[in-house]
Amino acid sequence: MTKVEAVIQTSKLDAVKEALHEVGVEGMTVLEARGHGRQKGHTEFYRGREYTVDLIPKIKIEMVLADDMVEKTVQAIATAARTGKIGDGKIFLSKVDDAIRIRNDERGDGAL
Amino acid sequence: MDIQKHWFQRLALFLCLLCCSPAALLARPVPGRAQTAAAGVAPSVQVDRLAAVEQAAADAKSSADNAWMLVSAALVLLMTGPGLALFYGGLVRKKNVLSIMMQSFAMMAVITVVWAIVGYSLAFGSGYSFIGGLHNIFLRGVGLQPDPAYAATIPSQTYMVYQLMFAIITPALITGAFAERMKFSAMLLFLTLWSLCVYDPMAHMVWGKGGLLNAALGGRFPILDFAGGTVVHVTSGVSALVCALYLGKRLGYPREAMPPHSVVLSFIGACLLWVGWFGFNAGSALASGTLATSAFVATHFGAAAAVVGWSGAEWIRNGKPSALGAISGAVAGLVAITPAAGFVSPMSALVIGLIAGVFCFWMVTVVKSRFSYDDSLDAFGVHGAGGTIGALLTGVFASSAINPIFKDAHGNVLPSGLLEGNAHQILNQLMGVAVAWTIAIVGTLILLKFVDLVIGLRVSEDHETQGLDLSQHGEEGYYWETSA
Repeated sequence: MTKVEAVIQTSKLDAVKEALHEVGVEGMTVLEARGHGRQKGHTEFYRGREYTVDLIPKIKIEMVLADDMVEKTVQAIATAARTGKIGDGKIFLSKVDDAIRIRNDERGDGAL
Repeated sequence: MDIQKHWFQRLALFLCLLCCSPAALLARPVPGRAQTAAAGVAPSVQVDRLAAVEQAAADAKSSADNAWMLVSAALVLLMTGPGLALFYGGLVRKKNVLSIMMQSFAMMAVITVVWAIVGYSLAFGSGYSFIGGLHNIFLRGVGLQPDPAYAATIPSQTYMVYQLMFAIITPALITGAFAERMKFSAMLLFLTLWSLCVYDPMAHMVWGKGGLLNAALGGRFPILDFAGGTVVHVTSGVSALVCALYLGKRLGYPREAMPPHSVVLSFIGACLLWVGWFGFNAGSALASGTLATSAFVATHFGAAAAVVGWSGAEWIRNGKPSALGAISGAVAGLVAITPAAGFVSPMSALVIGLIAGVFCFWMVTVVKSRFSYDDSLDAFGVHGAGGTIGALLTGVFASSAINPIFKDAHGNVLPSGLLEGNAHQILNQLMGVAVAWTIAIVGTLILLKFVDLVIGLRVSEDHETQGLDLSQHGEEGYYWETSA
């Protein structure tokens, strides 16, 4: 069982959702996030005062998948979210011990 | 009810006369009748008839003026709430949005009560050069008959309630300087006292009977201030600077970023201010005649030119014209044209607006950061600076063709401003500005010290960090719902 966390451009959410649907991903959690990697922010002016905004709005998608789903899911996200410019985001993978469906206590891959 | 009935009777009489007049004209050519008429009843009938027609015409004018002045009064109230409340509300951080809106709203309530009890009398009652007397406390003698010294065609109560709206917005403007850090209780006491000790005397000096600076009623130094450049904007703006210096900076300023939490709210507020300002300036004609039109046009042109000035300066300096800059420019232009509207031509209004837009941009960007005072929402940079430059430029551009306010003993019109050859008016304007600055600085310092001793001005550091919405009012502007 693998947790996939993808940080993407806010404008790419619809494209990524569609791609995930096509490869058969059934559930996900989407968060509005702010952050930066190598991409630095921008400056804003309010009545002459300069503010550096280095935490840029992003979308973070989280999903936990059966291991055989992971590779094609990663490919789907990367293809859909790519613009080729700095700031496209990152995908993180990590192992998950277990999953529990709250409704009926089902565990493991069946709970996903 | 009585007034209405009276008015209907007059209207009915007028209509009757109107129906009868063709009959009277037709009757004239018959010689025999004409002779009897000349010998007997006709002259007195004609005199009565003439008096009735004159009365009907006067009533019609009075109704028209009163309608415009009541609308203007409502427009000026609209400037405070929601105009100023939204404008300032958007500029503060999220945790203080209700506190700053409440400060404007509190003025709508508290100053009204104070005005009814004593404020109007101090500002507009007959009295001394510097302040009115107590003849009109509890609005004694302020009824539905006009007071010709102020406005001959509208009820005194219309004049009183119109002036009240100015008394409300002026202290509300100051709240921008001490936003996000003053106790609500201290704000109430300070601004109530400020209204009585600074606003009322200044309003009396410039507009009241016997006032030192009153141009219309023969004051010692006749200054031209059509709608309150000195009375409203210089007093509030300069007091704002004193407040910002006395209270000190907000925690974390200028190290922490404190950008406006919603320029959208400010944008709506500024647009409402612009519209309300037509009541403020064109209403200051105190009648619905041509002078109101002149002031209306000048107001609009001043605002528009100032947007061009501020945004242009910002575009050159920062590379982009911001929405916040554009709306700030509009307010700066409206402030600067306030004393001038009703005295200047449309072209002069454009020039005044353009100068004010660039000047106020320079004040809030360059001057404020150089001296590093925390005039949080730029009440001084816009109202103090814009009001001062507007008052001085009024002395330059005032035109006797727009408003023949100065006349010699024979009733001949004298020149108004510097461009017409009345260089002395610049000195009068300087005098007005100097008086306004002085009364604002001295009055505000004393009152701040007093309120600081009695209840303390600033909230605790914990409360300031928490935000004034929660610490002063026990609520939040944007409640975070955890269960749907």
